[in-house]
Amino acid sequence: MTNVTNKVLEYAAGNSSDLELDPDDPLHGELMKINVGPQHPATHGVLRLSVELDGETIVSCDPEVGYLHRGKEKTCESLGWRKFLPHTDRLDYVQPLLNNTAYALSLEALAQIEVPQRAQEIRVLMMEVSRIMAHLIYLGTTAIDLGAVSMFFFTFTEREKAYDLLDAWSGHRMNNSYIRMGGVYADVDEAVAKSIEEWLRAFPAKIDEFEKLLTSNAIWNARNRDVGVLSAEDCFALSLTGPNLRGSGVEWDLRRKMPYSGYETYDFDVPVGSAGDCFDRYLVRIEEMRQSVLIALQALDRLKQSKGGDFLARDRRYVLPPKGRTHESMEELIFQFKVVTDMRLPKGSAYLGVESSKGELGFFIASDGTSDPLRCHVRAPGLMNVQAIPQLAQGRLLSDIMAIIGSLDFVMGEVDR
Amino acid sequence: MTFLILLIKASLIYGGLLVTAAVMTLAERKISARIQLRIGPNRVGPGGVLQPLADGVKFILKEEITPDGANKGIFRLAPIMAAVPAMLTVAVIPFAGETVIFGLDFGLLSLTDLDIGLLFVLALSGLSVYGVILGGWASNSKYSLLGGLRASAQMVSYELSLIMTALTVVALSGSMDLREIVEVQNTGNPLAWNCFTPVIGQVGLILFVIATFAETNRHPFDFAECEPELVGGFHTEYSSMKFALFFLGEYCAMTVMACLTTVLFLGGYSVPFWEDAPWMVELATFMAKTSFFLFLFIWVRWTLPRFRYDQLMNLGWKVFLPIALANLLLAGAFISLT
Repeated sequence: MTNVTNKVLEYAAGNSSDLELDPDDPLHGELMKINVGPQHPATHGVLRLSVELDGETIVSCDPEVGYLHRGKEKTCESLGWRKFLPHTDRLDYVQPLLNNTAYALSLEALAQIEVPQRAQEIRVLMMEVSRIMAHLIYLGTTAIDLGAVSMFFFTFTEREKAYDLLDAWSGHRMNNSYIRMGGVYADVDEAVAKSIEEWLRAFPAKIDEFEKLLTSNAIWNARNRDVGVLSAEDCFALSLTGPNLRGSGVEWDLRRKMPYSGYETYDFDVPVGSAGDCFDRYLVRIEEMRQSVLIALQALDRLKQSKGGDFLARDRRYVLPPKGRTHESMEELIFQFKVVTDMRLPKGSAYLGVESSKGELGFFIASDGTSDPLRCHVRAPGLMNVQAIPQLAQGRLLSDIMAIIGSLDFVMGEVDR
Repeated sequence: MTFLILLIKASLIYGGLLVTAAVMTLAERKISARIQLRIGPNRVGPGGVLQPLADGVKFILKEEITPDGANKGIFRLAPIMAAVPAMLTVAVIPFAGETVIFGLDFGLLSLTDLDIGLLFVLALSGLSVYGVILGGWASNSKYSLLGGLRASAQMVSYELSLIMTALTVVALSGSMDLREIVEVQNTGNPLAWNCFTPVIGQVGLILFVIATFAETNRHPFDFAECEPELVGGFHTEYSSMKFALFFLGEYCAMTVMACLTTVLFLGGYSVPFWEDAPWMVELATFMAKTSFFLFLFIWVRWTLPRFRYDQLMNLGWKVFLPIALANLLLAGAFISLT
């Protein structure tokens, strides 16, 4: 790299206050500013990157979020606790079930509801299937950004199968709203559970196929290795969690460190990387998919044993009675009316983080004891992941932005909220 | 009479080239669909075979947009610059030997057999990069400009190894005339093909094929258009027939490069174990060999990730060029020994 480029980079990093570019210098005379996004094929939604280039070298990269801002947190305050649930689907829309669970867990913590065993097992199964689906999106979109177009179709074929299963299971393909406060919306249908098991058992072979195409591919290695290197300290400073943190060698997984939904009883490994580059993050996610399959299969086994158990808590202050009962029992009708119109959480606040596919996802909720929520804040891991872009992109080539964005993995629906 | 025959030959060969380019667009879509577990176009005509026609009509009917601030003259010139050289190069490709159709002697099946045929091809295909550079510059768009810049850098780095590898074949055959190069290999014994010359042939073939990928701006070296980064690269601002001309140029260049690879390394139209085959068999052989390379273009595009621009330059200058030079030296030693 030339001296001029070094000077420009120092200036951009704030280490040098004077930047005098020689306008007569044909190679480094002026910087080129280009907008990558918000309408751009590679920015995974509506992220805008304002990039300054010296030739092809990135001098500064300034991500601008907010193009997809829908005021979700504020919406919660006027909708009330129950009706906000479908909105959580639309935060990180590639993994609605994980969002549902995170929201439900915080509500349950504040209301202190005991979730039945079977519901927890179903949740674990659903969360792991969601994680696989979210990682498939990561793999497909990152590959298409780096030019391996067909990978996108391979991963989406698998995702499509999972969508069909979720459709059969929860009644919805995408915005499931399946996991409710106190449990889940409906019990498992046995035929569907069987097809999920078949899909899960066949899936590791598919991961092998993906790996055959990418892991040992020289071009894939060249594009990902030593690109976007994050040290563990960088991750802490940027509050990165999830696969991005684990890729840098820190074994931090909320499923292990702060278990919820009974994760402490499941047998699985937490994969960690060492170099902290895009390639390690890729490997971590690939291995996480394998581990998710294992966890989901364990959950399926337990579901066979807990057959016939409750899948929804019986706490009538917060949980709707079964529909049929409301037509027979006066009390149940009153409960239903109260829950729908005027569900109150106790005064106080709660936060519970879950390990989503992108890092720690949690809902901070505060209640003043009335039926109107006081505050609902989403700790969205995607926003932190976006934060890392400027640091990683600086001094790299324009093409590296694509690898970096892809490997950080975020969904704008969650970032902008 | 000679003029009439030349006219018929020219229309046959150019018609053939354009049809091949059209079929290639269909093949690209069909094969990529197969690779990606899709069906591909199947609405126009039986099994979608008329899709290229529908595409052509669509391109003609689309609105032509010239962006504000674009240099209008050069903006118009660029697509022509991209398409014409690729089409001209086909003039010297020998497709078959002595050809007689309905008792009419057509002579050797190629438009012309230049003594410097190979030089002609390389010179003209080198020109096609101007279309990309000028198109990128004249569009008045930063994405296009970056695409054009990348294309120029890329061409410079790959032209050299391409030429060095082609020189190896010239040294082996002792001629620059493409017809001569084929005739030297056309002995009825496929082992006489240049790709079977020990080491030199294989290294040369691999280098040449990779260089043609870069030369024609094809994936994994398609930085000039590089969708995720530069939106469409040099053709971001192009629409309608101007855009179609860029594509026509790309597919013609691919076809010519596949023909050239066949001629240089796979014995052109020489049929295995049949030295004096009739022209139809020779032409069919030539087409079969060429279609393999055309298939390779498509296969690679839909399988591999894309290189980064600086990695390509490294590869071109630090790996391919030294290997090509060493291969040329080796060829010299080989010739003096045999």
